[in-house]
Amino acid sequence: MNAPVPAAEAANSSAAPVFPDPVSPSKISARGVSVYYGQKRAIDDVSIEIPKNYVTAFIGPSGCGKSTFLRSLNRMNDTIPGARVEGEILLDGMDIYRSAMDVVQLRARVGMVFQKPNPFPKSIYENIAYGPRIHGIAASKGELDGIVEQSLQRAGLWDEVKDRLGDSGTALSGGQQQRLCIARAIAVDPEVILMDEPCSALDPIATARIEELIDELRGRYAIVIVTHSMQQAARVSQRTAFFHLGKIVEYGTTSDIFTTPREERTKDYITGRYG
Amino acid sequence: MSPAILFVLAFGLGLVGWLAGRSRAWAFRKAAPGGRINSLPDFHAWYVGLWVAVPTVLFALLWGAISPALVLQHVLADPAAAALPAFGFEREAIMGEARAVATGAAQAVFNSEAQGLVEPYRVAITRYETIGLIVTLIVAFAGGAFAFLRLRPDFTARTRVERSVMALLLLASLVAILTTIGIVASLVFETVRFFGMVSPLDFLLGAHWAPDPMSTGAPEGSSFGAIPLFWGTIYIGAIIAMAVSIPLGLMSAVYLTQYADASVRKVMKPLLEILAGVPTVVYGYFAALTVAPAVRDVAQAIGIANASTESALAAGLVMGVMIIPFVSSMADDSIAAVPQAMRDGSLAMGATRAETIRKVLIPAALPGIVAGIMLAVSRAIGETMIVVMAAGASANLTANPFASMTTVTFQIVAMLTGEGSFDHPATLSAFALGMVLFLVTLTLNFIALRVVKRYREAYE
Repeated sequence: MNAPVPAAEAANSSAAPVFPDPVSPSKISARGVSVYYGQKRAIDDVSIEIPKNYVTAFIGPSGCGKSTFLRSLNRMNDTIPGARVEGEILLDGMDIYRSAMDVVQLRARVGMVFQKPNPFPKSIYENIAYGPRIHGIAASKGELDGIVEQSLQRAGLWDEVKDRLGDSGTALSGGQQQRLCIARAIAVDPEVILMDEPCSALDPIATARIEELIDELRGRYAIVIVTHSMQQAARVSQRTAFFHLGKIVEYGTTSDIFTTPREERTKDYITGRYG
Repeated sequence: MSPAILFVLAFGLGLVGWLAGRSRAWAFRKAAPGGRINSLPDFHAWYVGLWVAVPTVLFALLWGAISPALVLQHVLADPAAAALPAFGFEREAIMGEARAVATGAAQAVFNSEAQGLVEPYRVAITRYETIGLIVTLIVAFAGGAFAFLRLRPDFTARTRVERSVMALLLLASLVAILTTIGIVASLVFETVRFFGMVSPLDFLLGAHWAPDPMSTGAPEGSSFGAIPLFWGTIYIGAIIAMAVSIPLGLMSAVYLTQYADASVRKVMKPLLEILAGVPTVVYGYFAALTVAPAVRDVAQAIGIANASTESALAAGLVMGVMIIPFVSSMADDSIAAVPQAMRDGSLAMGATRAETIRKVLIPAALPGIVAGIMLAVSRAIGETMIVVMAAGASANLTANPFASMTTVTFQIVAMLTGEGSFDHPATLSAFALGMVLFLVTLTLNFIALRVVKRYREAYE
């Protein structure tokens, strides 16, 4: 693993260390989280510490709840009728499901990139400017231009699109669209970026480009990625959680999970015996 | 023997052919090894039946079209016809009378000149009826014999009957198209006649509309400037009605797609669409009896002394309500068709629901919404009953919504239901107005369909 060691800060003392991390303080702590869709329990009593400056991968077979859990981290499950969350999810020690929590502010701090690239049917510029505009981040046109350029640069898209910012975002290729969506997410300067199988709709070259980008971005953000590809998890992440039937079976450093898994089920999944 | 009887005859003979074909096919079937022939006996029956009935019906139609002309020719060749007056109207009346007596529709002639023509009519009618009947029988027999003799155990009656079914379906779809073409052709014909009397420029650009259906000769006493009518139509149908229906329709679509519970939506959407099924005459009552007096009272309350009971505002408001379903159901469909991913993307950026609707969903659904609005406009400017009952007849060129106004559709009704003759420009103006209306609504519908088509391509 090519993990540059981030500045070690004092561990968050409030975090009950379910899966303690000695190096990086927790950005998100989930404690006893269960998610229900109506009567059905999709996530069952999950606890996890997600560190800053690392990429945390959620792996597991289809239907194991990893996407559901990811969506509960920025309360996107709120948009699904009948979805209900129990337990607590702390962002910097504050419960995001407390009644005083402003969901709109939460989602600005915890951005999200989806499985299928979903640029708005607007120009490239307007796609990036969307978030800063609604949150009032830029005070002037010049500042907004700066944010757009910086976001596109961080997403590695600037050189490809700088001469055609007025073109429609939907006219880009699939890989470019996904990088546009990442640029759009980082334009509001989030602290966490959630990625829900961001490469599943892309070809291998575009996938490699996104993976490189994820590695560059983790210096600045906490990144959580759901992926079906164990190779991808091994390539881009430093922490891996293996989900099965709505529970976390095992969570640890990626190298441990892939080389010396403690649980039999993890081993079976990683060696391809099921899933 | 009228064409109606020829039709009955055609079907009777067709039935005979059907039974004959069927019994022949059954005979094949009994004789065939294993009892199997290419097509079921019923297909053979239909094959023969159709070959009898279709040519017979076609002949009956043809004969119905040409036999009156043949009869007339025969009668005019009679010496008694030489005495007929040359003036069209009298001549027609006398001949009609003679014809009525000859066919037994009347007992005796009123006009003595018709008496001499009764007998030639009777002779001619009898002769051509006999000829028609004989030819019909020949056609039916020839068709039946041709089909009957082609039947074989391995005859592909099934595929042939299928093909004739396809021809029937094609014919059915052609009826609507041919009717449209016929309507356009008649409109064009009458419009050209109108423009022979009134200059197209005066019609399209003149600001004074005062046709006088009773004036004779040249249209000096009349004035056919249609601008006030166009203005009234646009003001009522495209401005007032749209000012009501666009916001209400859009907001109801947004509510139904984005906010309403599934159970509320299930009740409200059909209720809203019922609005589109209310007969427009009922809206007309509502406009004339309820809304128009209320509008007048409001006008008087705000100090407009001579407010009329008939007003553009009353008609426009009711029309606006009438077309809400057109706007809302198209908007509803196109908002619902915006991919969920788009909504999620916006919400995940920290946008509120309202921001998402305003900045992402509506712009993405805009082509569908615009198309719905265009269909609604074309529906509104073609609407007749409401304006007839509530908008009034005076061709005012004003922006005062409380004034009485008239529209293209109203004037078409007024010009055609009067007593004017069909040679008079006032009557013919109805066709020119109809032509303009037709072209405008056709254009709107065409653009709307194009927009919808492009939009669909974008999301699939």
